[in-house]
Amino acid sequence: MSEAETKAEPPQEEAHDERIREISPLRKALIRPELGSICGVILVFVFFFLIARDSGMFSPEGVINWTVVSAQFAIIAVGACLLMIAGEFDLSVGSMIGFSGIVIALLSVTYGLPMWVAIIAAFLIAMGIGWLNGFLVIRTGLPSFIVTLAFLYILRGLTIFLAILTTNKTIIGGVRDAAEGDWLASLFGGKILTGFFKWMGDNGWIQTFVAGNRAGDPVVDGIPMLIVWAVALIIFGHVLLTRTRFGNWIFASGGDAQAARYSGVPVNRVKILMFMFTAFCATVFATCQVMEFGSAAADRGLLKEFEAIISVVIGGALLTGGYGSVIGAALGALIFGVVQQGLFFAGVESSLFRVFLGVILLLAVILNTYIRRSITGER
Amino acid sequence: MSTPLIELKNIEKHFGSVIALNGVSISVYPGECHCLLGDNGAGKSTFIKTMAGVHQPTRGEIFMDGQQVVFNTARDAIEAGIATVYQDLAMIPLMSVTRNFWMGREPLRSVGPLKFIDFEMANRVTMEEMDRMGIHLREPSQAVGTLSGGERQTVAIARSVYFGAKILILDEPTSALGVRQTSNVLATIDKVRKKGIGVVFISHNVRHALAVGDRFTVLNRGQTLGTAKRGEIEAEELQDMMAGGKELAQLEGSLGGTV
Repeated sequence: MSEAETKAEPPQEEAHDERIREISPLRKALIRPELGSICGVILVFVFFFLIARDSGMFSPEGVINWTVVSAQFAIIAVGACLLMIAGEFDLSVGSMIGFSGIVIALLSVTYGLPMWVAIIAAFLIAMGIGWLNGFLVIRTGLPSFIVTLAFLYILRGLTIFLAILTTNKTIIGGVRDAAEGDWLASLFGGKILTGFFKWMGDNGWIQTFVAGNRAGDPVVDGIPMLIVWAVALIIFGHVLLTRTRFGNWIFASGGDAQAARYSGVPVNRVKILMFMFTAFCATVFATCQVMEFGSAAADRGLLKEFEAIISVVIGGALLTGGYGSVIGAALGALIFGVVQQGLFFAGVESSLFRVFLGVILLLAVILNTYIRRSITGER
Repeated sequence: MSTPLIELKNIEKHFGSVIALNGVSISVYPGECHCLLGDNGAGKSTFIKTMAGVHQPTRGEIFMDGQQVVFNTARDAIEAGIATVYQDLAMIPLMSVTRNFWMGREPLRSVGPLKFIDFEMANRVTMEEMDRMGIHLREPSQAVGTLSGGERQTVAIARSVYFGAKILILDEPTSALGVRQTSNVLATIDKVRKKGIGVVFISHNVRHALAVGDRFTVLNRGQTLGTAKRGEIEAEELQDMMAGGKELAQLEGSLGGTV
């Protein structure tokens, strides 16, 4: 009897399932992981255009101001985003920024090594620590939250200890002199398109200094390398994630590590490489900052790990991995930068920054959850 | 009959002091659906993981087309043409059908020195293969999470077939499915078998096994209790062997033969 039941002609699927609703092209275009952050960007720009239009926020130097801050967030957000999609966290990003900065300053200023050697050494050491983070997570099977939380403290403590031990200070200056004329340092501290901005200034299209020793020079004299790095990392991360085989493996590792392993995806390698990439991004941030300030301080990068994670989450990534977008994370970083600097331009009490941020975080995540459910069929 | 596609002889697997498998032998011929039956804990999972290269047997031999083979990793077995579709781990729901279909074997397209996934080709093939299995996707970029359980199993089976599996191991593909979805999956198994692929169908549902199986092997406490051909054995007999005989017969009596 049972046999007859299951052996009966398998029902043929209808060519058109009446239970699949047709989806309008508009809805299809709108429903994407970045939607939450796109709405957020529109919201903050409209808001600040209304309240801070006359404050210089949208003049060239105002734009450069909040773009630089956004770019800082974006650099670490790209790393955090890919790592989160691969299913892991890195809470040691902030400490890594302080650590890498001190390594560069110690090697170049205190020990007199050429700046490029110091920078390369900092990248190697940081990526080595990123590897160790990943290795410990994979080997122990502990949540990366715990392992990298441990490194948040270990690295911060080590950074302060190293700085005090060698120089008796927690701030090491003189980096700018040491970096003078160094080929690699100019990749992090310089500006591009200076000639173009000078030319625009000479033609009177952008504001120039009218007095002082820089009279005649444009107020905005180029695009800081920090912004170039941010744009390059965003493009790299986005293409890697959406267009390459490795990107597919990142999604798979975070979506379901075991299923990915069964399909032959080298999950451990993917995750460890993403920890190293996060460390790389943190060191890019640190190097740019050290070059800009001309000094390194042991307490730099405090709370940056959370700012990175918040940008990523505003950008539509799923905290548990397997889903997200680099473009979304970059827009999250833009929201972050615009809000932080915009409130300053608007002359609003800076403590309100946190209130505003919390509200945006909450709204974006609620919207993102809804979007994700309609894309993935999650319940 | 010809040489079996795969033959496993006296496979033993020990985990420390636990003997999970104690001499299991089966063979699978081209175009055959070999059902592996057994209650929970009988060693079905350990056995198919050995076949899939996830575990290495403590003792015993594996032959493919008459040649002895050793699988050190799952990758070795996959390359030898053994594809496994695991019950819950067949697909990643957050990812698109195309991304799932090609996971681990993404087709590449070179642009200068760089290599990108060839999405145009990947999407086209995915749609064609799904159509062939009777699943009509809205679009290949649709997330697997929007598919039903049976459809997910079918995507996984279609993927294995497309990538040239000679032997397809299905780990309880129907255990979590409804009636209609189960029939769809069983129909898919039938289609696959007709292509000459050997199917190993693991189940503890005798009715599902009898619907598509050509031969039936029953595992109990890490040992093979024997192999029977279709038509040589009744559902009740299989059921009794799986459960280890008498106790179930009594239970069944009190339940009116409905188990």
